[in-house]
Amino acid sequence: MGMIDQLNKDFESRVRLGIMSVLMVNDWVDFTEMKSLLNITDGNLASHSTALEKAQYIEVKKEFVGKKPKTSYRVTNLGRVTFNSHLNALEKLFKAKN
Amino acid sequence: MNQKHQEDLSHIRSMMERSSRFISLSGLSGVFAGLSALIGGLYVCQLLEQNGINYFEASSKEFSLSLIYELITTGVVIFVFAFFFGIVFTVRKSRKDNLPIWTSSTKNMLIHLAIPLVVGGVFCLALLYHQMAVLIAPTTLLFYGLALVNAEKYTFSDIKYLGFCEIILGCVSLFYLGYGLIFWIIGFGVLHILYGLIVFKKYK
Repeated sequence: MGMIDQLNKDFESRVRLGIMSVLMVNDWVDFTEMKSLLNITDGNLASHSTALEKAQYIEVKKEFVGKKPKTSYRVTNLGRVTFNSHLNALEKLFKAKN
Repeated sequence: MNQKHQEDLSHIRSMMERSSRFISLSGLSGVFAGLSALIGGLYVCQLLEQNGINYFEASSKEFSLSLIYELITTGVVIFVFAFFFGIVFTVRKSRKDNLPIWTSSTKNMLIHLAIPLVVGGVFCLALLYHQMAVLIAPTTLLFYGLALVNAEKYTFSDIKYLGFCEIILGCVSLFYLGYGLIFWIIGFGVLHILYGLIVFKKYK
């Protein structure tokens, strides 16, 4: 089971995988855009993004555009490295099985 | 377990694709842009004929003012027509696939498309100003091709092949000045229709 251990528990949920995938190929992405890309609810995105922020995989920026608050996300270097090794682990798993 | 990881990987791939590329561009938009260019081009040919001008034989192409206005109107109508249908089919496609339209990848694509187009536009105005209108057809084809190649990173990468074709056509037309209308009809009409049909079949 050694290989499965390399898979990161933080990325187990589909929503977190989605957030990380979107951020890997984009710079800052705001809350509404992320929500519509992943097709999830406000609360769902908020809780998963907080978890990723706590793990320091993503960076959260809150600002005001006019009077509206705007939240944006960006992947951190740690997040990039961790997500890449998660992807590599997934890939290895397939190679081992096939 | 394997099943779950397989789904994870395809989910990752699709999220990366959806979030970084504008994939709602419909092939039908291309077909209609091509059709309007084709019809417009043929209409211009007829217009010239009615005014007793043989496009390929007239050595100095001096048109009357009313004819010039008519040509400009035709150009604007073609543009509005193509633009309108481009938007209609794109909105329809994104509704069907349940994708948001106005995202950062859309804006990125439009900006990267616009840079060479605006420069090309200014270049053409300068050509007109210096009375080198004969170079306008090659210039529009070249800059349009470069714009498509430039926008390739933010939409279907197939669009770069259309871009390359426009560039090649533009280069060829540089050596056949005076046949601009024909190259326009091929480049903006025929190539768009072909591209639109290919993309439409591929991503249906």
